[in-house]
Amino acid sequence: MPTPAAPLLTVRDLAVTFGVRGQRAVHAVDEVSFEIRPGQHVGLVGESGSGKSVTSLAIMGLLPKRGVRTSGEVLWGGRNLLTADPDELSRLRGREIAMVFQDPMTSLNPVVPIGVQVSEVIRRHEKADRREAQDRAEALLRQVGIPDPGRRLREYPHQLSGGMRQRVLIAIAIACGPKLLIADEPTTALDVTIQAQVLEVLKELVADTNAALLLITHDLGVVAGICDEVNVMYSGRIVESTTRNRLFATPRHPYTGGLLESIPRLDSPRGAPLRPIPGSPNQTIPWTEGCAFAPRCGNRIDECTSSPPPLKYEGDRDLRCYNPLSDPARAEAVQA
Amino acid sequence: MSITLPPAGGPPVTLGLPEEEIHGVSLWRGAFRRVRRNPSAIAGAIIVAVFVLVAVFAPLLTPYAPGSAEWSGQVTPTSVPGPSADHWLGLDRFGSDMWTQMVYGARQSLVYGVVSTAIGLIVGATLGLVAGGFGAVGGRFGQSVDTFIMRCVDVMLSIPSLLLAVSIAAVLGQNAYSVMIAIGAAQVPIFARLLRGSMLSQGRSDYVLAAGALGLRKKRIVVSHVVPNSVGPTIVQATLNLATAIIEVAALSYLGLGASDPAIAEWGRMLVAAQDRFDVAPRLAILPGVAIAITALGFTLFGEALREALDPRTRR
Repeated sequence: MPTPAAPLLTVRDLAVTFGVRGQRAVHAVDEVSFEIRPGQHVGLVGESGSGKSVTSLAIMGLLPKRGVRTSGEVLWGGRNLLTADPDELSRLRGREIAMVFQDPMTSLNPVVPIGVQVSEVIRRHEKADRREAQDRAEALLRQVGIPDPGRRLREYPHQLSGGMRQRVLIAIAIACGPKLLIADEPTTALDVTIQAQVLEVLKELVADTNAALLLITHDLGVVAGICDEVNVMYSGRIVESTTRNRLFATPRHPYTGGLLESIPRLDSPRGAPLRPIPGSPNQTIPWTEGCAFAPRCGNRIDECTSSPPPLKYEGDRDLRCYNPLSDPARAEAVQA
Repeated sequence: MSITLPPAGGPPVTLGLPEEEIHGVSLWRGAFRRVRRNPSAIAGAIIVAVFVLVAVFAPLLTPYAPGSAEWSGQVTPTSVPGPSADHWLGLDRFGSDMWTQMVYGARQSLVYGVVSTAIGLIVGATLGLVAGGFGAVGGRFGQSVDTFIMRCVDVMLSIPSLLLAVSIAAVLGQNAYSVMIAIGAAQVPIFARLLRGSMLSQGRSDYVLAAGALGLRKKRIVVSHVVPNSVGPTIVQATLNLATAIIEVAALSYLGLGASDPAIAEWGRMLVAAQDRFDVAPRLAILPGVAIAITALGFTLFGEALREALDPRTRR
């Protein structure tokens, strides 16, 4: 697909290894490459432990220094963030790249009033005085749909509900008008009805500010609602990467297929069994020996456990599989 | 049971909860509410309050001056006059009014306890703050600063606190300040380790990571995020340490390392003085002993209740 704009963020061959001396190193993320263009909404999907959050923390430079080895490139405006100076990175964070964290219960400081937490990021990155920052904070809270923002600014996080807190976190993230917003499972900790509201807020805000969005989630429903491009991760590597429509219409990687199959559907007959992916994410083989998904895969062939599958461009998508699903019926249905 | 909805435009539905239950309360206000519900906390608070009032208003509670030995003529080697209308608790072995000695003793204990705990708190918390701050967000350099400070603190900790206090009092001479410094010095490692420990654990929390993701400076993260969440346990420890300090003041006085001025009444020294008349007038030893025990108990109960009230795990 020809793309007009230059990428905002380019992640190339990102690898993150956690190693404690005397123990086997864990390759949390390996060979991860993707691009985000201005205004584009990209999803990063996978089960717990697939390396989604580690990828986002690596982009932000927030991984601990000790016992972590990071390689590859994270290019932002021509600079490699992985080797950037800490001061430079810290000026970038919150202003150009901002992040919304998973758990609104723990991501706000419990003993600092909301208003201070919203305005301090404004005061950090822009030459705003206390009064000005406070006014902007109030406007931001109104923007994310918090009623009576003036009063809320003086309250503490425990006085707000989970949904309200997540809205506050979103307000903090967009405070300085970032070009890229990374949302790490922004709705996982919320009730379903609240999830929808918060997603709606997020969607509107990225549309209004024209920010790009990297949405990290295990929820394909959320991806379907927001993302243009989707990267599916398994055990630290991207296994399938394509546009949202193609992914949902014709999943090719057996893991993607399994994820879609395991979503309960309202229109399936009652009593029809759910079809989960067999096994657990712990049942993997190292990528160096074969496909990590092979032990759980219904399409497994001999090759899968003898050599690691490379990520190959397959006409309309990047795919890491020797024996992908082919679903001509669904493919035809989409074309028709 | 039926729920009646208020008419549109009426006051918001509160479902019978008081206003503050809906809007929640701040950490400290909530903590004080929980303290109020706890009987042993109330007992502790009353003891502490009485102790402080007695100490502050000592001159109003007794017509006599401490350590006056005015009635030394009435004291003989085999008898010490007991309670009477003039002397509610009788005389001590030097012929001073026992009630006056007890009341002024409270004043001494409070001053010694507060000053020595303040010394320990200020020095210890500063060390802990620097170590914890560097350790929590300082990267590799910060961790070596943290390690250096904490090894020094470990050295202090390896010396038994009473021994440390005795040596300091011995070096600085026999006066009130050396006792305070000695007891304060023994408390330094406690405060330093406590504050550093809670700062390190706060440093790993999500909101600190989130603050880092906002590009906030490390100094700002430590000062406005890590510290406010870490001081609670230190404040509680200070309350508990007041109890220990009061006991240690008595212990040092008992060992003869306290202030030597006989005009200053001090519970620990009263215990020493009472020893050789224990067969004749056991109250001379029992009264200060009980006073020390009750005061220490009061601070301990209050401190424990405060700790529980501030601990989020015991909430609700």
